[in-house]
Amino acid sequence: MSSSLDPRLANARVAPKRGVRLSWSDPRFRNIVFQILIVSAVALAIWYLAYNTQRNLDIQHVATGFGFLNRTAGIPIGEALIPYDPSINTYGRAIVVGLFNTLKVAVIGIVLSTILGTIIGISRLSKNWLISKITAVYVETLRDIPVLLQLLLWYTVLQTLPAPRQAINIGDAVFLSNRGLKMPLLIWQDAHWWALVAFVAGAVGTFAWNRTALRKRDETGEKPAVWPAALGLMVALPALVWAALGAPFTIEYPALRGFNFTGGGVVSPEYFALLIGLSVYTSAYIAEIVRSGIQAVPSGQWEAAGALGLRQSAILRLIVLPQATRVIIPPMTSQYLNITKNSSLAVAIGFQDVVSLSQTTLNQTGQAIEGIAIVMVVFLSISLSISLFMNWYNARIALTER
Amino acid sequence: MTPPANNTAASIHLPVASRDRPPRSVYGPMAWMRANLFGGWLSSGVTILLGYLIVRGAVGFFDWGFLNAVWTVPTLPNGNPDPATCRALRGAGACWAAVGDKWRFMLFGRYPFDEQWRPAICIALFLGLYIVSAMRQFWRKELALIWVAVLGAIGLLMWGGVFGLSYVPQDIWGGLPITLILATFGLAFAFPLAVLVALGRRSTQMPAVKLICVLYVELIRGVPLVALLFMSSVMLPLFLPTGVNIDKLLRAQIAIILFVGAYVAEVVRGGLQALPRGQAEAADALGLSYWHKTMKITLPQALRLVIPPLVNTFIGFFKDTSLVLIIGIFDLLTSGKTAMSDPTWQGSSTEIYIVMAIIYFAFCYAMSTYSRSVERKLDSAHNR
Repeated sequence: MSSSLDPRLANARVAPKRGVRLSWSDPRFRNIVFQILIVSAVALAIWYLAYNTQRNLDIQHVATGFGFLNRTAGIPIGEALIPYDPSINTYGRAIVVGLFNTLKVAVIGIVLSTILGTIIGISRLSKNWLISKITAVYVETLRDIPVLLQLLLWYTVLQTLPAPRQAINIGDAVFLSNRGLKMPLLIWQDAHWWALVAFVAGAVGTFAWNRTALRKRDETGEKPAVWPAALGLMVALPALVWAALGAPFTIEYPALRGFNFTGGGVVSPEYFALLIGLSVYTSAYIAEIVRSGIQAVPSGQWEAAGALGLRQSAILRLIVLPQATRVIIPPMTSQYLNITKNSSLAVAIGFQDVVSLSQTTLNQTGQAIEGIAIVMVVFLSISLSISLFMNWYNARIALTER
Repeated sequence: MTPPANNTAASIHLPVASRDRPPRSVYGPMAWMRANLFGGWLSSGVTILLGYLIVRGAVGFFDWGFLNAVWTVPTLPNGNPDPATCRALRGAGACWAAVGDKWRFMLFGRYPFDEQWRPAICIALFLGLYIVSAMRQFWRKELALIWVAVLGAIGLLMWGGVFGLSYVPQDIWGGLPITLILATFGLAFAFPLAVLVALGRRSTQMPAVKLICVLYVELIRGVPLVALLFMSSVMLPLFLPTGVNIDKLLRAQIAIILFVGAYVAEVVRGGLQALPRGQAEAADALGLSYWHKTMKITLPQALRLVIPPLVNTFIGFFKDTSLVLIIGIFDLLTSGKTAMSDPTWQGSSTEIYIVMAIIYFAFCYAMSTYSRSVERKLDSAHNR
């Protein structure tokens, strides 16, 4: 046991330190021998596998190394966040496109499932019998059906939507068909970038003003209003910048040409199914986490806040949720990691994420080890960044104990 | 969120002699509805809206699934079913005839039709094994023997080749038995591995072993199962000496064992950590060796503590076995998807998905109910 010693034992006589004896009866000697044995067994196994791999690769005449990343890919990719052309661009770029697609699913999925899960988790504790029962059924059903089956089912449902010619038409602007969701798209110009920059600057300014306001409240007991500054900095300032640059505003509407739509933005059925499926599935888990987090707050907190005259919603927002957050964060982190890892199920419904594109690369080039290594590195770094961020957040909100 | 408000009125002091029934406003279905469905404007509005949506949804589903559904179809002269009545529905009703025609394929895959009683018995054996393992009076060492015997019997039944059973090669097995095999063998092999890894990760005196265990757990938990399955199907053949080939199912099984092992190891480690330190110290003071201490004192208590999270982990990866679809192994989900691709039953995939979802749900719901009941028992044993 390597625990710190009791302070009362500070002056006690301690057995003199002895070196390791080369005898089987010395536990430290035994430990060292066991460790050497186990480590060499593991090393031997790894060496054996590596040796076999090398031989097999030699026989198949597969060159190792990441040189293939610079070759022209020729993989058609349906949706890419960065410009990509299969006839020019390389495998490396194809995999980067996949990485962006994975992140697109993971980030938006995390946001959606957190919102949905929190609403459902709070509703499950509602006094209204109907709400609490329905949310309980929602959670139980979704948690007990494999996520892959749910994804496939969503995808099938989206495929049974009408063809583009009979698309569900919402105000001649949004069209829902089996080719996905088409919607009007703002033509993005330089002025919009500057407005965005202004918005970010405004948000930072509002945040700083809020900090000052909170400090003033601590000093004087009165909190200066924050919303005028927020309105001015985050709405008026970007609008002014945009207007000063000529207020460009062109919207491209989708239009039916032949058998499909052209123009406008599109959410592909694959992405749509993946996003809905993952968010709904994960929201069931998040709902349970939120519910147990709220229940972990002692009922005395509710009663004390009620005695102070706070309304239900204010108690929940100001007293209970901040305390529940401490219980919620660690399991929430693992759900965020799960949704990120589950985004690799994209491969089953044909959305091209990093796993799917690495797999295609691997099949075309035969570079199995490199392909798998890329996937491992990508996911390990995403997992690690989410864990680090959540640990930082957890440490920040942790209860400071005496 | 707060204690129900309807008992405030009930605590009005009435004379003892009064034997009248409580007034309608605090007792009976109307009072219950007032308190639980129509407590305030917002609550009433939500109740009415939700009620409307539920009724509409239920009526729609009833129309689709029962009223307009086609349960059987006539048989064509050539012996094949005639899906014309199903096609005529155009999605207005369910075509359960598709499930009726395909259910044996969904459950048993491409296993020879006349021999399908064998996988059926295997499913029953698996169910029996789960039920026996769930009962407390069987939690003893003999249970391990029962597992070995039953798993052996299942292998015998599936492969055959002895006792007059015809030999069925592994690559035409399919359906639910494959799902159960992947999950059960996965757990059976991952569990000992997980216990060793958990002990290694807790080890204070063997830093090298601890490092290996930490690396294993974190590497596996950091990557998705899909990547591990790809890895097993692509890289395992490279790892083995030239000429040695192992089949697809075994490769997926190895990936699943490694995957589950890492997660179960974390669960077991949680149990070991939750155990009061005094237990291990007392064992040390008695002069027990490490293995005696572990096998007789700490591990049995820790495992008992982690039964509920262990069952939850098992539920999780029971569902995750469906991912083998991606590398083309014929489990329940793959069989269902293959059944859907039959041109005769084009457009009936929703029905087949629903049936598969019900099968998965039945297994997972049973397990999660069980896990909750064990948790309650453990809690009450703790709070005595």
